[in-house]
Amino acid sequence: MAETIISIDAVSKSFGSFAAVNRLSLSIHRGEFFSLLGASGCGKTTLLRMLAGLEQPSEGRIVIDGTDMTGVPPYLRPVNMMFQSYALFPHMTVEQNVAFGLRQEGWPKDRIRDKVQEMLDLVQMAPFGRRKPAQLSGGQRQRVALARSLAKEPKVLLLDEPLAALDKKLREQTRLELVKIQHRVGITFIMVTHDQEEAMTMSSRIAVMKAGSIEQIGAPVEIYEYPASIFVADFIGAANMFEGSISRHHDSQVMVACPDLGRDVAVTHAPPLPVGAAVKVMVRPEKLLLSRDEPGAQMNWLRGRIGDMAYLGGLSAYHIELASGLSVQATQANLKHVDGGGPSSGDEVYVAWHPANAVVLVQ
Amino acid sequence: MILLLLLALGFAFLYLPIVLLVIYSFNASRLVTVWGGLSTKWYAVLLHDDKVLDAAWLSLKVAVITATAATVLGTLAAVVLVRFRRFPGRTLFSGMIAAPLVMPEVITGLAMLLLFIAMEQAVGWPSGRSMTTIVIAHITFCLSFVTVVVQSRLVQMDISLEEAALDLGARPLKVFFVITLPLIAPALAAGWLLAFTLSIDDVVISAFVTGPGATTLPIVIFSKVRLGVSPEINALATVVITVVGVAIAAAGRFLRPRPQG
Repeated sequence: MAETIISIDAVSKSFGSFAAVNRLSLSIHRGEFFSLLGASGCGKTTLLRMLAGLEQPSEGRIVIDGTDMTGVPPYLRPVNMMFQSYALFPHMTVEQNVAFGLRQEGWPKDRIRDKVQEMLDLVQMAPFGRRKPAQLSGGQRQRVALARSLAKEPKVLLLDEPLAALDKKLREQTRLELVKIQHRVGITFIMVTHDQEEAMTMSSRIAVMKAGSIEQIGAPVEIYEYPASIFVADFIGAANMFEGSISRHHDSQVMVACPDLGRDVAVTHAPPLPVGAAVKVMVRPEKLLLSRDEPGAQMNWLRGRIGDMAYLGGLSAYHIELASGLSVQATQANLKHVDGGGPSSGDEVYVAWHPANAVVLVQ
Repeated sequence: MILLLLLALGFAFLYLPIVLLVIYSFNASRLVTVWGGLSTKWYAVLLHDDKVLDAAWLSLKVAVITATAATVLGTLAAVVLVRFRRFPGRTLFSGMIAAPLVMPEVITGLAMLLLFIAMEQAVGWPSGRSMTTIVIAHITFCLSFVTVVVQSRLVQMDISLEEAALDLGARPLKVFFVITLPLIAPALAAGWLLAFTLSIDDVVISAFVTGPGATTLPIVIFSKVRLGVSPEINALATVVITVVGVAIAAAGRFLRPRPQG
């Protein structure tokens, strides 16, 4: 098992009567890229600020690298933070900004100069050392903020929505770059984000938060393929959900009776539940196969008529209307040119999925 | 056209008296209202009037001390009000800081005078009315103006700048001097100039708390006018207007928001 660098133990934080973080426990491994993912107001930023020492927990304990951080002020913690607004000091040059943390530690001048140079090289900002933050573009400021927060070689780097202020294209480039830099410096990164795509592409593990608590922790694949709750399934990616109840256990599979579908559905992945338990069956749109011929017996399938469809280039998205009035979303990769007889609006089709590609969620 | 005329009328209403005053300061005649040709002789008279020069020097000293002390105290008050959102008595404190802004000067002056007399009887300080009492009284009402100016600047400042400095290892006091203070410096300069102008102009409060030997310039002007207006006063007023005008213009420059990085 990986070594723990941060352990958060039953931490709560309330502002007046509002509980921003509610008895939350979590451990973060050395060297990982960990993301706190959630909608705004779920407490993810408050949690990050408690790690930085900018907020004190109302209850509970935070241990960083074996040291209890209760009551330790931000300037004595072995962590640094990259702020959402970047918080570059406007009256200092890029070099002075990066050197700020090192000067507080009383490094000798020549070592500071070398380190600043090294950090600016790392983020490819070396030619801009003498500029003031106001003379930089958004992307450049982001790099300077990163260099400044990494200069002191913290044990953990906290990133508060590091890409939110960038435009879409730059954001996507910067994701990979940030991961590369993390690999190079080998520091544990903890990132707060509301963007699920960002969390999926960058993190080694993700904690999905809701109302001050963690809904699920896992690698991006686990969270996407096997969400632990209806909230997570809904929050990450698109999902078709069918209401039903467990009708019987059959070998390694569970049969779920779905009244809306008019049939039983077989699912391989299900928590241990008794017969009769109310559940939802979740299938991702890209796991659905559309065909004109009846699928094989090992598949779950439905019949429907294609309603709206949208051509998205690499993919096409379909809305299939079932006899019960329920609508199902499906996406298909456009492996061939679409003009040659693919499914189109108004066609009667079979919608099929394999039992291994669906998940049973407790209602 | 009509709008322009109205504008001209408005400006005339505001500035015509001042312009007239300045013009008559260059009047050669002894009578203030009779034009006797161009002359700068009243400025020469002014330069040799020791009473006026002493008063001007005293006013200048009072204004500099007042502005400096009010800026330090006012800034502290503003920092407390903006950065410490919740503490017992905050509402009372903020109300008391703002009170001198709306208090009639006559009342402030009278209250200060009564306080000084009571203190002299109780503890023997300040003994009599002097420059000290004027300075104390001026700081009291100027402080509020500085607080308002600095407060608005602090509110605009991104608090994550201070948090970032803390996060990078600077202690709170160092953060204040290295990050906060440089960033609000324009407001401090504006506050200082505002306090300076208020102090050098003040006549009402000074009149209450002044004593023999501590006559400020506005009081000298006021008492001279009561004995009959002499063109020397016009010259003096012109000098004062120039000084205040320059100070206000400088304050305006500092107050103007700059592009933030």
